[in-house]
Amino acid sequence: MSETKPAAPAATRDKPWLIRTYSGHSSAAASNALYRGNLAKGQTGLSVAFDLPTQTGYDADHPLARGEVGKVGVPISSIDDMATLFDQIPLEQMNTSMTINATAPWLLALYIAAAERQGADTAKLQGTVQNDIIKEYLSRGTYIFPPAPSIRLTGDVITYSVDEIPKWNPMNVCSYHLQEAGATPTQEIAYALSTAITILDELKGRPGMDEAEMARSVGRISFFVNAGIRFIEECCKMRAMAAMWDRIARERYGVTDEKLLRFRYGVQVNSLGLTEAQAENNVQRIVLEMLGVVLSKNARARAVQLPAWNEALGLPRPWDQQWSLRVQQVMAFETDLLEYGDILDGSPVIEAKVNDLIAGAEAEMAAVANEGGMTRAVESGYVKRRLVESHTNRMRAIESGDLTIVGINKYTETHPSPLMTGSDGGILKVDASAEGEQIARLEKTRSQRDPAAVAEALDRLRAAAASGENILPASIACAHARVTTGEWGGTLREVFGEYRAPTGIDGVIVGRAGGARLEGVRRRVKETGDALGRPLRLLIGKPGLDGHSNGAEQIAVKARDAGFEVVYDGIRLSPKQIATAALEEGVHLIGLSVLSGSHLELMEEVRRELAAVGLAGLPVILGGIIPEDDAFHLREGGVARVYTPKDADLNAIMDDLVDVIRAHHGLDPSEQAA
Amino acid sequence: MTHLAQPAEAPASLAAAVAAGDRGAVARALNLIDDHRAAAHDRAAELLAALPEDRLLGAGHLVGLTGPPGVGKSTLTAALIRHWRGEGLTVGVLAVDPSSPFSGGAVLGDRLRMITPATDPGVFVRSLADRGTFGGVSAEAWPMSQILLAAFDRVLIETVGVGQREVDIADLADTIVFVAQPYSGDAIQVIKAGILEVPDILVVNKADLGAGARRTLSDLAAAIRPAEEPGGWTLQALAASAAIGTGVAETAGTIERHRAWLADSGHLVERRQTAPLRWLLARLVERFGRHGIGRLGGDGAVAERLAEAPTGAFALLGEYNRLLSQH
Repeated sequence: MSETKPAAPAATRDKPWLIRTYSGHSSAAASNALYRGNLAKGQTGLSVAFDLPTQTGYDADHPLARGEVGKVGVPISSIDDMATLFDQIPLEQMNTSMTINATAPWLLALYIAAAERQGADTAKLQGTVQNDIIKEYLSRGTYIFPPAPSIRLTGDVITYSVDEIPKWNPMNVCSYHLQEAGATPTQEIAYALSTAITILDELKGRPGMDEAEMARSVGRISFFVNAGIRFIEECCKMRAMAAMWDRIARERYGVTDEKLLRFRYGVQVNSLGLTEAQAENNVQRIVLEMLGVVLSKNARARAVQLPAWNEALGLPRPWDQQWSLRVQQVMAFETDLLEYGDILDGSPVIEAKVNDLIAGAEAEMAAVANEGGMTRAVESGYVKRRLVESHTNRMRAIESGDLTIVGINKYTETHPSPLMTGSDGGILKVDASAEGEQIARLEKTRSQRDPAAVAEALDRLRAAAASGENILPASIACAHARVTTGEWGGTLREVFGEYRAPTGIDGVIVGRAGGARLEGVRRRVKETGDALGRPLRLLIGKPGLDGHSNGAEQIAVKARDAGFEVVYDGIRLSPKQIATAALEEGVHLIGLSVLSGSHLELMEEVRRELAAVGLAGLPVILGGIIPEDDAFHLREGGVARVYTPKDADLNAIMDDLVDVIRAHHGLDPSEQAA
Repeated sequence: MTHLAQPAEAPASLAAAVAAGDRGAVARALNLIDDHRAAAHDRAAELLAALPEDRLLGAGHLVGLTGPPGVGKSTLTAALIRHWRGEGLTVGVLAVDPSSPFSGGAVLGDRLRMITPATDPGVFVRSLADRGTFGGVSAEAWPMSQILLAAFDRVLIETVGVGQREVDIADLADTIVFVAQPYSGDAIQVIKAGILEVPDILVVNKADLGAGARRTLSDLAAAIRPAEEPGGWTLQALAASAAIGTGVAETAGTIERHRAWLADSGHLVERRQTAPLRWLLARLVERFGRHGIGRLGGDGAVAERLAEAPTGAFALLGEYNRLLSQH
């Protein structure tokens, strides 16, 4: 006790990481109020969440945007919205991270134009655009164009930023979503570094790229990683990644300047492991996950954002986000973490684990290189298959109990949670009028601008897209001319075309041994198919713009393992496409997955389209992040079953699907396999 | 709400609706063909017998498209669909995917549907699992192709084939297109394996990959021997890049020329007339072995019986099933 020293003076403490919260919803004005509130509470940077139409380059009044406007983030239709979003927030002094990918050049152009409107010196702008399209093809799903033009746009953002806004992070290579899609730590490292190499190699080949410019470009690449609950392994993952990046930068790109060699990364901790059951436990999960990325000084995150405890239930309220913000502040300002050098240096256990991860990641990087690089490995479906396999293994381990998740497959007894008993059910209700109001603002912008200037700006954009000239200057001109997000996206769609990525589920190997429960389900699937005259056929669909396909893919793989003939057409389907596929494929059941919160609107439209093709009675089940109130309404409206993240027992779901089909055809429920 | 409450649709009126191109009727007809219950089998046989014979024997075009995984068959299929739609032709597609040998389940339609305009009323795509059928094309493929042939101008049957499977698709299609990848040697293998007579057209896809495609094409040209009979069809080899759209019109043109050659030489009607017997014999071998056919008096006896059967191969299969299963 006597050796306990008083807290070190503030001067010797390290500077904390940037403290952010990923947020945005409903409208630019509502999000602006939220941001200013968060900054007042001690947040030190902003992290903007955009809604799906903005992320996929559609205007709020596009048919595919229906039900999605303002749901998972803020809708930005033009510079008018961007100006509102940062009203009274001086951009010259702010550090803003924008989670934006396919439309990254556009949102960056709007940000620059909004800063110019504020009179800011744009050379001083600080912040980050995610601008990593490759993981969109693999996991997140907000890609638009084929890989080649997409990577060219990624490169345009990097070269423009390096020259014009040198403090900006123009590409945040994301392994975050890979872990959400099931990646193991070695896969996460390997695919992130392979992605960075793919982009930098493309830059290297550009005319006029010299060594100095190349080194500066390498120096501006940052990473955005995930941190899971196995926090010691996660800490080692960051040390491994930093070591590997150093070697790649030196050996592959000849960088020698220590400043440009720094491995810089931000973190959003894991959402995959957050549970709907006993959701309060997510708070300690978040704390431990954070610990993994701040513990080791030499591999410490530059920016951290934490999810809210109730993310698996629905949208977090401002108070829920405040709780996560306070977690960061307690870690940074109350604990003694920032007073020490690297506490893990010299630990043989840590060193062995780090070396292990490096060896595994290098082997996987070699496999990717063998496929012809990351772009080819994505196009061929190789990486996606590996991810779906890993995720399937994880789901099986949870089902078998080999992987313990408290509240899910162990210690499931619980008292009712007082956190959930408020009139709001413990989550944020999005204002249903957001979509209509955004369309009204969009129409106002369209009616107030100079049509000739718009046409001229779009012509310039089209010409730049076709000629290969950097897309940013033409995009900034579009921003000032009050071009809309849909016009920018539509113009580039005309030039580049659109792309659909491999789903990865076709090549996943099914084991012969599935366990007694799976055997039981297989028998029921077969018997029911025999009773109905043909094998059971299931259509899995993802309506709307939401691209988070992991859940749908796991259901598809499991259903195939259970003996269903599964039709899965990937993401971003219109309700009409789903109804058409259901008719043509003669399915017995439709399973829909919606994670963007637009389940009520989309379900209504799917039902209408099914009736239009004469399939009014066809049973439909729905999975997603669906609050209980909505689930009740959906079931009342004829949805046969509603599944949420707490339904992790896939065998039970398969059994349920058989029940739904049997009931629809008037067959006896028959003995359950489980 | 349940399907059982609905009265069974009369096969003749369903056939008429199929021939009129009614998409809902086509879907129900395909479901009926797929239905293995005895009563459904009889109704499916009636349905097939009620389809307009002139269409089944002389109209439309059944194109089989096969090749190893990953060569871009779906991309080429999508490009051909766009080409035919551009000419105002309607298209029915049967996409055959492998079933899992363990669970019997399958993942279907992945890729193809994603790159095809899914809400074009002139295109109809049905996916089919091979359900472990020996030879790769599901037993249902031939009767289903007849439904699509009655309803659409062009019918494309896409299968994964690396060896014997092309032989199976040859039983039911008018024209066989084999898709190969540059460098892979697949196309050469097709020739070396002695099944040169199976494909009518070889397409080296991904020609945008450059020199490899040209080399593969010239290797092929050297290996192809002209047709032995005067006026016969010589295997055509061409390069395409379905992804960027080159060579698609040439491929479609060659397919069209093959159809014209089939029609002029009388082979079209002959192929279509003999397809039911080939299908029937394949099903009998699959279920009862050569021994089973022996008990029926051999191939010749089955052929004679089929020639006399007014309701066709599908009905006769039901009859033989009952007969042979009794013992």
